[in-house]
Amino acid sequence: MLHLWIEAAGELETDPLTLMEEREKKERGIMGQDQEEGGKTEGQPANMNSQDSMTENEENCVELCTEVEEKGKEKGMEEGELKKEIELEAEVKLELCQSIPGLQMSLIRGTDLFGYVGIEAILDQMKRKTMKAGFEFNIMVVGQSGLGKSTLVNTLFKSKVSRRSNYEEKISKTVKLHSVSHVIEEKGVKMKLTVIDTPGFGDQINNENCWEPIVKYINEQYEKYLREELCVNRKRRIPDSRVHCCIYFLPATGHRLRPIDVEFMKRLGKIVSIVPVIAKADTLTIEERQEFKERIRHDLVANGIHVYPQKEYDEDPEDHILNNRIRENIPFAVVGTDKEHQVNGNKVLGRKTKWGIIEVENVEHCEFACLRDLLIRSHLQDLKDVTHNIHYETYRVRRLTESNMDFGELGLPTWPLENGTRDKCESESHL
Amino acid sequence: SRIRPLSLAGHVGFDSLPDQLVNKSTCQGFCFNILCIGETGIGKSTLMDTLFNTNFENFESSHFEPQVKLRAQTYDLHESNVRLRLTVVNTVGFGDQMNKQESYQPVVDYIDRQFESYLQEELKIKRSLHNYHDSRVHACLYFISPSGHSLKSLDLVTMKKLDSKVNIIPVIAKADTISKSELHKFKIKIMSELVSNGVQIYQFPLDDETVAKVNTTMNGHLPFAVVGSTEEVSIGNKMVKARQYPWGVVQVENENHCDFVKLREMLICVNMEDLREQTHTRHYELYRRCKLEEMGFKDTDPECKPVSLQQTYVAKRQEFLVELQKREDEMRQMFVQRVKEKEAELKEAERELQTRFEQLKRLHADEKAALEEKKRLLEEDQSSFSKRRAAAQLLQAQSLTANGKKDKDRKK
Repeated sequence: MLHLWIEAAGELETDPLTLMEEREKKERGIMGQDQEEGGKTEGQPANMNSQDSMTENEENCVELCTEVEEKGKEKGMEEGELKKEIELEAEVKLELCQSIPGLQMSLIRGTDLFGYVGIEAILDQMKRKTMKAGFEFNIMVVGQSGLGKSTLVNTLFKSKVSRRSNYEEKISKTVKLHSVSHVIEEKGVKMKLTVIDTPGFGDQINNENCWEPIVKYINEQYEKYLREELCVNRKRRIPDSRVHCCIYFLPATGHRLRPIDVEFMKRLGKIVSIVPVIAKADTLTIEERQEFKERIRHDLVANGIHVYPQKEYDEDPEDHILNNRIRENIPFAVVGTDKEHQVNGNKVLGRKTKWGIIEVENVEHCEFACLRDLLIRSHLQDLKDVTHNIHYETYRVRRLTESNMDFGELGLPTWPLENGTRDKCESESHL
Repeated sequence: SRIRPLSLAGHVGFDSLPDQLVNKSTCQGFCFNILCIGETGIGKSTLMDTLFNTNFENFESSHFEPQVKLRAQTYDLHESNVRLRLTVVNTVGFGDQMNKQESYQPVVDYIDRQFESYLQEELKIKRSLHNYHDSRVHACLYFISPSGHSLKSLDLVTMKKLDSKVNIIPVIAKADTISKSELHKFKIKIMSELVSNGVQIYQFPLDDETVAKVNTTMNGHLPFAVVGSTEEVSIGNKMVKARQYPWGVVQVENENHCDFVKLREMLICVNMEDLREQTHTRHYELYRRCKLEEMGFKDTDPECKPVSLQQTYVAKRQEFLVELQKREDEMRQMFVQRVKEKEAELKEAERELQTRFEQLKRLHADEKAALEEKKRLLEEDQSSFSKRRAAAQLLQAQSLTANGKKDKDRKK
């Protein structure tokens, strides 16, 4: 639709009358679409949780029940005749709002429009605004040294976003977190990518509590965001440093989860979205890989570990089916590289060995492409949403209850009602 | 802090991010709330019907409403794959009262109530903001009467009260009663009056290059002179929305006849999202800030050191509890006092009753004594009387027998 828009804006300068012509074009397009679909005229009462969300807000108001039945009849498409005749039968029950004097509410569902309005233009408007504002994404990689964490992230984002550790450096005594940010752009979409590395994890002789610095870091980011959100004078856009995704690297032992894996994922699965991957998967044959994955999935379930995408957060049946397919395939077995080689006349990313070239983006060789598609091409926004709507909210609930901060207690002034019913209303809001 | 830009060696795929975001929003649906302020009969409902190409439920309001009321109606509209939850709020009885001093108040109250509702949800411990039905007013269409002269004082007062709370888009209603030249002068007069009174109406945004040009042009056409109609008239070989007069046909969607198309473009097709964003990031934030400051929350204390909300909250809570305790004590004291007073009153009454009782008793005893005395006297009288009667009877009897003897003696 974007190109239509630029057309319209350009034409506006020269000839204002063509605005109507554009609309007619669009209307024809929409109506044509509807003709193909056989005219979607059924009201959709099931989708919108209108009833519930209404009752949440105005408890004393009762919305009406409407049965809107529309029968779409289509007349032949004469030249210039673009209207669809729709018969509307609406049964409307109106109940006056009891607590708020002078306010009447009624709710009608599934009203269909007699013609093109232009509401769908909001999608473009939203897209433009978000592209202008840019995006932020924070990804954390956790795993022992030498599992290829930095290489994988560089392969994912096709650039040197993560600094590969210097081989001569000593292994650090504690887990240190190291975050690096870059701005990357693709087709007009700007993204501030932050990669948080965790050198030293799992490298000690005694690895007890090695997850603590990581848990601390994640909670600190939530805390930062919470503080900004609670300010009286808030920023227009609160900078988001919360960890949206944590990739956990499992060494390709071929056996099952180790105690450190279980401990880490158990604890962190509760506060962040974990995506486990099998690192350096080119040491496993396909059969070994399948068995390994099955055993890992079994171990995850046995230990009550929830990894992304979590079953409980599936929003609708479509999501559920899609995510089930993903859940049947995790953890993804990946191979990373930044070197290119010639295969069949094409340049591909791959690792060259004496026995062949492992093509990173070939789904028959490894599952890197699946991981990339999941993380970036299809579920990136969902990762951010899950972090914001679920993990962050969980943290917030915990913090506010800890500090005993219930704003309802302070008697947040409720709306003054007539005839001294204010006291009654205040007491109700405490419930 | 400077963040290095990095170039990509190939196609990564995050260019689909805006689409991912938009898809999610499409699944959830959008909310849009319009408030129409205007006198009774000025054409608010008709304009809404025309704008959204549908037939909303409309009630004809009377002109005799004692107070301004607001009527809100919510509709689910579907267009291709977009679901819009539209709430249309109309004023009822605006401009009908004799005394219009308080006419703006119900409107301000309504807008504030929606902000308050959102704020309360936002401050809840367990909240669900992404499922929340946003009822905050995103756009306010102010209908100006087509007098052709200037704004009424009611218009100025109302708009001034609303300009920091909502995006105001003024429209000239029933524009088919004004000629083109009068309209031009009228628009200039209106805009200059708004400016001189410091009323900030909504300006179509100029920051996005794609729409900056069209928005600039449209900003110059404000206020839009609109005509609404859901009836159709045949012009040439097409049916168009129009109003038919004996002297001609006013076509709603003809830009030479009125600015309806411009209004629809600006309100819906180009700036709907911006209206929503401004409401959330500017008007709502202002409300929230004022509300929290009212409650005593600040970001910095008098020494300008940052104060955490928790500190303030804990302090406020202490204050509140102390205040509560004080009031409780006061009430208890007052209660005890009143009880004492009542007791004293009752005792006093008791005593009074007792005295009266005693008094009456004495009176009664006195009277009884008096009566007894009388009785005694009466009895004395009676007894002396009966004695005398007995004596008299005796005498009589004696005299009778004496007389009888005498008679007897005579006869012998």
